[in-house]
Amino acid sequence: MTRSKRRAGRRHPLATAALLALGLVFTGGAYAALSTGTVAQAEVDPNSQQTIEEGKKLFQANCATCHGLEAQGTDNGPSLIGVGAASVDFQVGTGRMPMQMQGPQAQQKPVQFTDEQVKQLAYYVASLGPGPEIPSDHLVNGGGDAANGAELFRINCAMCHNVAGAGGALTEGKFAPPLTDVSGVHIYEAMVTGPQNMPVFNDLNISPEDKRDVITYLKYVQDNRSPGGFELGSLGPVAEGLFIWIFGLGAIVAITVWITAKSN
Amino acid sequence: MSTAPSATAPQKRSFTAAASVYVNERTSVAGFVKELGRKAFPDHWSFLLGEVALFAFVVVLISGTFLTFFFQASMAEVHYDGSYVPLKGVEMSVAMASTLDISFDIRGGLFVRQMHHWGALLFVAAIGLHMLRIFFTGAFRKPRELNWVIGFILFILAMAEGFTGYSLPDDLLSGNGLRIIDGMVKGIPLIGTWTSFLLFGGEFPGTQIVGRLYTLHILLLPALVVALVALHLVFVVVHKHTQYAGPGKTQQNAVGPPILPIYAAKAGGFFFIVFGVLALIASMFTINPIWNYGPYDPSPVSAGTQPDWYIGFADGALRLIPPGWEFVWLDRTWSFNILVPLIVLGGFIVTVLIYPFIEAWVKGDKREHHIADRPRNAPTRTAIGAAGVTFYAGLWAAASSDILATHFWLTMEGVIHALQATVIIGPFIAYFITKRVCIALQKKDREIVLHGYESGRIVKLPGGEFIEVHQPLDEYERWRLVSFESYEPLMIRPNARGKITVGQRIRASFSRWFFEDRIAPVSKGELEAGHDGHH
Amino acid sequence: MAQDDHSSAEIAAADSSHAAHDSAVSPGTAVIAADAFENPGFPPHRPRVTDEDPKREKRAQRTVYTLFYLSILGSVWAIAAYMLFPMESNNVGDVRLNNMFIGLGATLALFGIGFGAVHWAKAIMTDVELADERHPIGGSPETQAAAAQVFADADRESGFTRRAAIRNSLIGALLVFPLPAVVLFRGFAPQDQIPVELLSHTMWKKGTRLALDPSGTPIKAADVTIGSAFHVIPEGLTELEHGKLEEKAKAAVLLMRLNPEELNELPERESWSYEGIVAYSKICTHVGCPVALYEQHTHHLLCPCHQSQFDVANHCEVIFGPAKRPLPQLPIAVDDEGYLIAQSDFTEPVGPSFWERH
Repeated sequence: MTRSKRRAGRRHPLATAALLALGLVFTGGAYAALSTGTVAQAEVDPNSQQTIEEGKKLFQANCATCHGLEAQGTDNGPSLIGVGAASVDFQVGTGRMPMQMQGPQAQQKPVQFTDEQVKQLAYYVASLGPGPEIPSDHLVNGGGDAANGAELFRINCAMCHNVAGAGGALTEGKFAPPLTDVSGVHIYEAMVTGPQNMPVFNDLNISPEDKRDVITYLKYVQDNRSPGGFELGSLGPVAEGLFIWIFGLGAIVAITVWITAKSN
Repeated sequence: MSTAPSATAPQKRSFTAAASVYVNERTSVAGFVKELGRKAFPDHWSFLLGEVALFAFVVVLISGTFLTFFFQASMAEVHYDGSYVPLKGVEMSVAMASTLDISFDIRGGLFVRQMHHWGALLFVAAIGLHMLRIFFTGAFRKPRELNWVIGFILFILAMAEGFTGYSLPDDLLSGNGLRIIDGMVKGIPLIGTWTSFLLFGGEFPGTQIVGRLYTLHILLLPALVVALVALHLVFVVVHKHTQYAGPGKTQQNAVGPPILPIYAAKAGGFFFIVFGVLALIASMFTINPIWNYGPYDPSPVSAGTQPDWYIGFADGALRLIPPGWEFVWLDRTWSFNILVPLIVLGGFIVTVLIYPFIEAWVKGDKREHHIADRPRNAPTRTAIGAAGVTFYAGLWAAASSDILATHFWLTMEGVIHALQATVIIGPFIAYFITKRVCIALQKKDREIVLHGYESGRIVKLPGGEFIEVHQPLDEYERWRLVSFESYEPLMIRPNARGKITVGQRIRASFSRWFFEDRIAPVSKGELEAGHDGHH
Repeated sequence: MAQDDHSSAEIAAADSSHAAHDSAVSPGTAVIAADAFENPGFPPHRPRVTDEDPKREKRAQRTVYTLFYLSILGSVWAIAAYMLFPMESNNVGDVRLNNMFIGLGATLALFGIGFGAVHWAKAIMTDVELADERHPIGGSPETQAAAAQVFADADRESGFTRRAAIRNSLIGALLVFPLPAVVLFRGFAPQDQIPVELLSHTMWKKGTRLALDPSGTPIKAADVTIGSAFHVIPEGLTELEHGKLEEKAKAAVLLMRLNPEELNELPERESWSYEGIVAYSKICTHVGCPVALYEQHTHHLLCPCHQSQFDVANHCEVIFGPAKRPLPQLPIAVDDEGYLIAQSDFTEPVGPSFWERH
């Protein structure tokens, strides 16, 4: 319907440009790239005795109440022998541990420790028994095949975390968290350790290269806003239905009131 | 716009006049213009809700036609080779691939697609709101009962249009929606298994369903919708629009601005506004991002898998059934976990459909009604409506039980149990509260008519007494508050043969239920008596 | 206010009783009040500011044509955006820009026309209100009588009532003639297939290896560690030429390994698992969604569509939600090379219930 106006529009080339600029200013906000800053990896030597000693001190001060002085576990917390560095890096690095209170599942909170301390704790726990390691940068840098990752994500992850990584509900108040700003390292660690009620996806189920692809896909979703505009939380038809009733029909009803009100 | 041509045209005619004469002499349109051009159209914001539905439908037709030029309703498998990186090389149906091409490889295609889908959501939502307006103002009464039925069928057709369209892209979300439909159909006794088998052209998902739904979506259903919309509008012209009570407005007139020019300009302008609102939403807000969902595959599913909002009540009904409602009897499987929702929803739909006839039967009122009720002046009907809305809303909310649970930090089991209670007890609570509120508002109206508005001015009388001065109403304001009718409960009387029939007894008990609590409008005598008794 | 058809006095008289226009029609149980108020007739006309103030009228005119010009600008902008924002770069951001700028241009074009026209009608067009007379919808008694006469004449001339044999045989023929069309619907699905048979079997058979979805790689029992959940398809599914999705829709399986002490197995199914590894159909017994939300500590499986919950530790019996039957279990074993294999097909039909299931 717009094409027939072309001839008329030629008379206003400047106006078009001005309007365009105006539109850019008004809507530019929508395009502010949502880039999550990458946290610099603290240099901690995994094998040095000093690291493990520091980690042990931190552990006994902050974790031993529930997990026991030697990480052997108590009634309040499981044994951590053999859970590996990846598990500790995930739980402590995302702020889930130390836990504030018992509940359906550990909540994410502001991280309690510096990166260095998190690594020290992780290597201390790793020294107690072999377990999954913190992945190398190559596996989490998002340089893999997004299409393969997307397919694996749909089959193995989307039923809990939603196809766009928006999260979802589990039984009895538990939930699968959104993956919209989780770092690649933490996604990888979650897959290999199966935190909370998440199943474990070991390397024979999803190979390290496949995990890399999954992370690549999630990074793609994180870095590219939806081509259609605001995502409405990527929650699907529920959000869309609420939006059309409240904002779509709401705006139109307001306009009907204006149309039928007597002009003053 | 055509202007009414004049037979005795003057010597110098404008182009418009000449054109209208030319057209008229070949089409006899002048009689039509004369008949309709200066018809009065009552003006109220709530009278535009049906127009919103109509205009949204027009937008959906226009945008949908554009989409048909690109969409291919085939379930043949291809490897996607378009622009969207995370799906490159993935095996999918041609339907899915062509929908992705519309979104990523045709400029403006995504805009049209989003406008089509948002327009469809608005179409059904506007029908819903329009129906609520009709119901709560009693605009379905004689002579408009059949138009209520037509409108109701349109609502059902709109949902069918929506669901068939939602299923066309053959993405993971809509595929799981079809899977649910398949499961529901299979649960129907006797015919279910074969119905599903024939519908899908073999085993689910088969290679037929998208093509079949496409035929329904772009041919059969739109033809029915267009035909019924036309009939619906013809009836609006035949009946003339209802109007709210007001000074000068009677059962025998229709008061409002003329169709030409004011109504035409407003309605025409409003079409562009509705179109514009949809364009704005389509340009700024994502809908149905099939690129996230990926192609349909029976193995994966996404958290938060829901139908579009208008099917939500049915999905919610399925979710609210407690465990264990399925039995084997006579060596056959009876899936009451599917049958009960189907029967309850069917009953609900039929009740809404025939409500005008029930009310007419209870009242026995055979007159035409062209003045719309204020909801408070029909307390029982309004309360029934509120109960129905609560029931529907409970089912609707149940379709998002998982999202309610995560977003309000609840357990999904708790949400389900609470909504089970809402759906069963909620309507009764809503009924009683609404009825009381309506009667209280009627009493307040009576107070205002009898004693005027509270002015907030406190005056000291010579005797030292303080009173608040009440501002009396002028006759126009008063008319709005007193110009309604009340009905009284039916007295059971023997018929001509001296018998009291069962039907008569049932009608009487309905009538008691409807009209036992009734507030009559203030009469002249009451007002005069009131003036004597007060300051 | 301009009154074309009625004077106020007439209105007041006509409305003294709601039933006045047709006193022959029953008002039912409506109460006709004897001393109801009379309709006061139309209130005095209130002019708009644009009617009284020529400056305001001028301003309204300017607003309206400005809106129409803005609409033209919007259309031009949309056309320009079509050209200025290409999206052939495989970049999602470009699609977003294309969508938004074309859309906002169209929005302006549409809003300009819409708000302009409505404002024109509201503020500038002569503010008339008409009152049309309503007539009974059924028409005048004469019209009704004439219509009845037409039917009576037609009946007499055709003998529709009189010639009962002709009429009844026609009605019979009309009732029967659509039936052949019903038969045609059998062709909607292949003639040589019966749904109940198809629904009762899946691709699994004795010795079929369990393979990873989607790659089709066979799975070794040793690969499945405790707490794992594997999404499984039968080996060979990915190579199928036809019916891949139909087979997958029945054969999809979730493979989990639990601590054997936590597994409470039915006595007759103790040989169906392997060292705590169990395989269950992924297709919900309610209406068929994939049930794949596995919680490794509670051992609950949740269906995301209608929230049915199954307890894997307890042979997948239903613990919540609308499903009735437990998920069917696939009996598994291990072959000589250590790969997981099916002992047989499922022992019952998978997926949603259907009428002939028993």
